[in-house]
Amino acid sequence: MTTTEPLVLGIETSCDETGIGIVRGRTLLSNTIASSMDEHARYGGVVPEVAARAHLEALQPSIERALAEAEVTLDDLDAIAVTSGPGLAGALMVGVGAAKGLAVSLGKPLYAVNHLVGHIAADIVAGDAEPIEYPTIALLVSGGHTSLLHVRDLTTDVELLGETVDDAAGEAFDKVARLLGLPYPGGPQIDKAAVGGDPKAIRFPRGLAKASDLEKHRYDFSFSGLKTAVARWIERAEANGEEVPVADVAASFREAVVDVLVTKALAACQDRGVPRLLLGGGVIANRRLREVTLERAAAAGVTVRIPPLSLCTDNGAMIAGLAAELISSGRGASTLAFGADSTLPVTEIQVSPA
Amino acid sequence: MILAVDTSLGTAVAVIDADGRTVAEASTPDPLGHAEVIGDLLAEVARPGITHVIAGMGPGPFTGLRIGIAAARTFALGRGIPVIPIPSHFAIAQAAGIQDRFAVVTDARRREIAVSVFDGADADGIPHLVLPTRLEKRGAELAEPVHEVAELSASALALVGARAIAAGRTLADAEPLYLRSPDVVQPGAPKRVSA
Ligand SMILES: [Zn+2]
Repeated sequence: MTTTEPLVLGIETSCDETGIGIVRGRTLLSNTIASSMDEHARYGGVVPEVAARAHLEALQPSIERALAEAEVTLDDLDAIAVTSGPGLAGALMVGVGAAKGLAVSLGKPLYAVNHLVGHIAADIVAGDAEPIEYPTIALLVSGGHTSLLHVRDLTTDVELLGETVDDAAGEAFDKVARLLGLPYPGGPQIDKAAVGGDPKAIRFPRGLAKASDLEKHRYDFSFSGLKTAVARWIERAEANGEEVPVADVAASFREAVVDVLVTKALAACQDRGVPRLLLGGGVIANRRLREVTLERAAAAGVTVRIPPLSLCTDNGAMIAGLAAELISSGRGASTLAFGADSTLPVTEIQVSPA
Repeated sequence: MILAVDTSLGTAVAVIDADGRTVAEASTPDPLGHAEVIGDLLAEVARPGITHVIAGMGPGPFTGLRIGIAAARTFALGRGIPVIPIPSHFAIAQAAGIQDRFAVVTDARRREIAVSVFDGADADGIPHLVLPTRLEKRGAELAEPVHEVAELSASALALVGARAIAAGRTLADAEPLYLRSPDVVQPGAPKRVSA
């Protein structure tokens, strides 16, 4: 196997995107994503069984498309990589089964890796930028997770500083969108609705931001109280016969989410003496989140890195990229005995190393 | 040689040769843990010279069933060979070797069973399915003698696959035999939170 620039195919099925990525070392050759988002829309959120069924359907054509796009054959590959967790168990299992079948068929090494750490690796395969510098704080925000990490070394040393204790930030967007009668997924809808709204119109609560909460949950997030506060506010307005100012509610809600995310991420940068912040996850698509992060990070002397959006949402390229880094740093393959681990801790960067 | 993979009950894989003899076989009856064991079991039987992969399409509890199908498809993709879907109950009927009308029964969880009624074998030597696979309440009275199993033979599945290939017949769709729709409810209006 080429260990300097290994050719790796990555399989990602932790949520509703079937992602197949192919990298050669740090060079991205293909990032193929098939999403089942439309099938979840009428349910207002990701339905695990629907997602798992869609993965099974999408996997083979996606692999074929990725190979064609990368202009490589399966025989050319040095290794296969797959997300072992965290994520939806039934969805993860489809990817694990597929990865094992492919690795055994080809007689190639298989790397089982951590999805969250994969989000950090996304930046490495993003191309144009200079190599990412460590240590860095990483803020990963999606419909499935909201996590704050301290990354000292991508392949050996990642620490979970905090995560959401209830809903993920993306879920909060979905739920509040529903309260406002907007369709799924909520993020882009809230963004649209917030245009022209005043983010300071309503002071919604910031979860786990009180001094008493900060002691135990300095870097943790909570969004379910915020969602309830928005619901209550709307109900009161309706009870009073007032018209709900959708733009103001959307803008104020979004501001509360963004504020707490950015405040905690920058607090981590300061506490840990790390002047670098990496963003990842689908919610990074939110323009207001990027704006506020850049603004306040600049004021705090923190450099921000944001991979292109196609690498921020769940994808297979980041999984392949992480495995390529593991290979380059001399790590052996995983044994075939691993499974899907829906709560895989972030400290387990590679699962089941030989 | 033909490889068969099935995770509708436990996890079972086998390779048979052109004469239908079992060349290699590996399985575990564990109805869970398919994702964990599928790789090692496949590695035990994988060899050069495999020309087709048979995927057992269920019925089976959702989550496990898909793992074998996914692995069968990518194994075939890796070798550049076709994958042939076969309903898992055909393997059970094949191995049972019963000449008369009978019902293959497997557990479908939630106090239900999956039932397929066969009547001997047809001219191609393939078990003759006379009533489509359906769900029944556990304990329901069936008209046919019941053959209930908790494990199946991947060799038998491979054999049915070989006969289907030889006869140019398609016994299953590309879609697994889920028998149930996903458990989801359409969201209603948001619940009130104020007292
Ligand atoms: Zn993710």
